[in-house]
Parts: sequence; C-alpha cells; structure tokens
Amino acid sequence: MKKNQTLHVAIQEKYYNEQLHTLSELNFDVNAGEFLAIVGPSGSGKTTLLNLIAGLDKNVQGVIEHSTSNQQQNLAFMFQEPRLIPWLNVEDNIRLVIRAQAIDKHAQLEQRMRTLLPQVGLSDFQMAYPRQLSGGMQRRVALVRAFVIQPNLLLLDEPFQSLDEPNANQLRALLLQLWLETQTTILFVTHSLREALTLADRILFFSDRPARVALDYQVPLERPRTLNHSQVNQLHDSLLKEYPQLLSGNLHPLGD
Amino acid sequence: MKASWARVLALLLFLFIWLIAAWLANSSILPSPIAVLKSLIEHIASGELPYHLGMTLYRVAISFLLAMLIGVAVGMLMGSSRPWDQWLDSLLILGLNIPALVTIILCYIWFGLTELAAILAVSINKIPTVIVAVREGARAIDHHLLQVAQVYQVSHRDTFFKVYLPQLYPYIFGAGRNGLSLIWKIVLVVELLGRSNGVGFQLGSFFQFFDITSILAYTTAFVIVILTIEAFLIRPLEKHLNRWRI
Repeated sequence: MKKNQTLHVAIQEKYYNEQLHTLSELNFDVNAGEFLAIVGPSGSGKTTLLNLIAGLDKNVQGVIEHSTSNQQQNLAFMFQEPRLIPWLNVEDNIRLVIRAQAIDKHAQLEQRMRTLLPQVGLSDFQMAYPRQLSGGMQRRVALVRAFVIQPNLLLLDEPFQSLDEPNANQLRALLLQLWLETQTTILFVTHSLREALTLADRILFFSDRPARVALDYQVPLERPRTLNHSQVNQLHDSLLKEYPQLLSGNLHPLGD
Repeated sequence: MKASWARVLALLLFLFIWLIAAWLANSSILPSPIAVLKSLIEHIASGELPYHLGMTLYRVAISFLLAMLIGVAVGMLMGSSRPWDQWLDSLLILGLNIPALVTIILCYIWFGLTELAAILAVSINKIPTVIVAVREGARAIDHHLLQVAQVYQVSHRDTFFKVYLPQLYPYIFGAGRNGLSLIWKIVLVVELLGRSNGVGFQLGSFFQFFDITSILAYTTAFVIVILTIEAFLIRPLEKHLNRWRI
C-alpha cells in the first residue's frame, strides 16, 4: 500500500455463504482524507464489502489492507440502523467505544464527547436511553460514536436511508462538517446517486452481482457544497444521460 | 395501586374463609389462623424458629447461587455453540426428568448425610431448568450489537458485561424467580430426609406429633420471608435493570 493511501482493496472472489457469487475482481484504492462513495444496485454486495473491510467477515480470496490494521489507529462504522446499545444511555453508549481506546486518551476523548454532543444538537439528551430518542437523534448519537474516537477510516452503510428528507439533510451536513474538521477517510455506501454527488469527492459505481467497479468517477464539484445544489441536479441528469444503465449496474466494467 | 389493593383483599378473603372453616370444623386438624399466629409468636420467642429458618435460608441461598452460576454458564455455552448443544442436550433432558427425590437419595447415599450432599442435591435439581431458560436467551442474542462491539474493538470484558449479558437478563430473571420457589420446596424435602435442623426437619418432627398448628406457623413464617425477598430484593432489582425499557 502506498503511503498516502488509507485503503487498498484487491479482491479476487467473494462468495456469500459459499453459494452466492458476490464480488469478483474488485480492485480500488482510497487516498488518505478522501470522501469516497460507492453506488450500486441493491444486493450488489456493498454491505458485504464493508463487512470485509471492517473485519466482521474474513472469508475472502484477496487482499484488503488499511492503515488501521497495522498501526494503533481507528476504524469506525455507521450501520444502516443506529445500533445503539438499548440499556446504555447516550453518554454510556459513546463511553463504550472510548473505553476501548488507550487509557491515556480517555480524558481527552471524554472532553471531545462533551463538545460533539452539543454540536449535533444533543446537549439535553446525554442521559436519555435510545428508546426515548427519535430515529434522527439516534443516528446523531451513532455519528458522535463514530467520530469521537477520531477514526482514520470511517465506513458508512446507507446510514440515512430510512430518514425523512429534512432530517437526512441535516445529518449529511453534520457528516460533512465533522469530516472537514477531522480529515478522516470516508467510505460511504449508498444507492442514491444524488446523495453520492452531494457528499463525495469520488464515486465508484458497482456493477450487478458479482460486483466489480463499473465506473470510477471524480466528482467535478467544488467545496463547500450546499445540499440540493442546482449543480448537483444538473450533474445527476447529465450522468444518467451519458450512462442510462448506470444505476442498474449494467455498464460494462472498465477496461473491457 | 389498584392491583396491590386486589392482592391484599384476596389475602384477607382467604384468611376469612380459613377462619370460618376452622370454626365450623372445630378440630385440632384445622387450627384457626389466630391459633397459628399465637403459635408463631411462641416459636419466634423461644428462638428456635429463627434458628431453623436461618439454616434453611442459608441452604436456599447457597444452592440458589450455585444453580444459577452453573446454569447460566452452561446455558450460554449451549445457546451459542451448536456442537456443545448437541453434546449436552440428551444429558439435559435426562436432568430435567430425574425426580427430585431420586437425586436427593442418591446424593445422601454417595456423599453421606452431609451439608455438601444436601446442597448438591438441591442444585442438581434446579440447574437443568436454568440451563433451558438461559439457552433460549443465548439463542436469541442480537448479533448486530456484538458487531458494533467488534468493530470498535471493545474489550472482551465490556462486550460481555455491557453488550452480551444484559440481553440475557430477562431470561436469567425468569429462571431466578422460578428457581427460588422450586429450590425452597426441595430444600425442605432435603432437610426432612437427612438433616438435623432447618424448617424441613422441624416440619418432620411436628408431623410425628401431629402438631398441625406448629406446621402452619412455620409455613407462615417461611412464606412471609420468601415474599419479602421477592418484593424487596428481586422485584426492585428487576425494575432497576429494566429502567431503559420505558
């Protein structure tokens, strides 16, 4: 892996439950500090890929390297559901991951939690249990849990999928803000092209199963971007005009 | 509030029926609640009831803890590992179906009429039912939460005590409640058969003398103690652990 890279993926084959051919010849690199989005049809193995990178699934032919695996650096993961621990209150949910860090960092990270919670609008809810929070608030907690440990690789698996649009937009804005502050590398899986264009520096379009990279696309928009930007809409339409099959994953892979 | 009134009312009604029945029967076989209360006070005053009750509660406590510890551990093992489940399942069914009396007699024969044999016999009777309950819980564990712990490299200790074990609390509590009521019943039998103190031993002696009043007095004392433990220890603890389910 090169020095300025955070993640190197070279997967030859991945079968899910030894039957479903999920990934094949999937190769890509992610640069340090980059915001990379992965867009693909549902069931194309995007979640499988994230689980492999996070080490939740180790059964793969190929190489996955990230800077978090050899140094004392952190990986964070925001799942499709908030996945907070129901019997721990908001602070204790976040403390759970702080306690997993080196002990000399605890005081500093505790302080960081106290600045992050108000920043995402949860100042009055530190003692609340997840059940008492709305879906949007639960995701804010999950966002703080991900950023509090200062990860150098953050994986997000359609984290705002089941939210209403205003709520999702607020969370996208928070995500961008925290990303700019921390300079972390982000891998953001989504099936929404508009969301990917709004957030990412670069987009990998996945083909249908078995998934490979159908198109590696650099987003030609400047930052800071506002959400619901007219440029995003233009780009969205012109991309779909150029590649009508892009979102169903039927585009021929690069190099064919 | 309403529910607790209903409880009290039902209890008063029961006492009233007992009183009437005793008055109609007018026999030493069915003493009135007042006679039982008098006898209860005498037994407490003489100091012999507190001593025997203490011995019994001590046995209940030790065997309860032992049964819960072993039952929870084996239940988690069987619920989370299929091979272990297959290996131990037939033994578990055997354990569930051995009559309590057989275990008690065998323990006394093999280990002598000792305290160890008594406690062992009670625990062995209870362990299988704890295993069954906890195994059910361990099978229903939410792996999504464990993945969170794994991704964030939460220590094994925190993962176990803060993420895994709380998922089993409802099952452990269910087993604990049933356990307490089953255990104190078996402890009395164990004491009757092979110990020279405890409530069971006393009940045996009263039976020899046909002293129904004392038998009922002891029973009353024991039931009151068990209900107190339930109301002031187990229920508040359960409420505390369930506070997040608002």
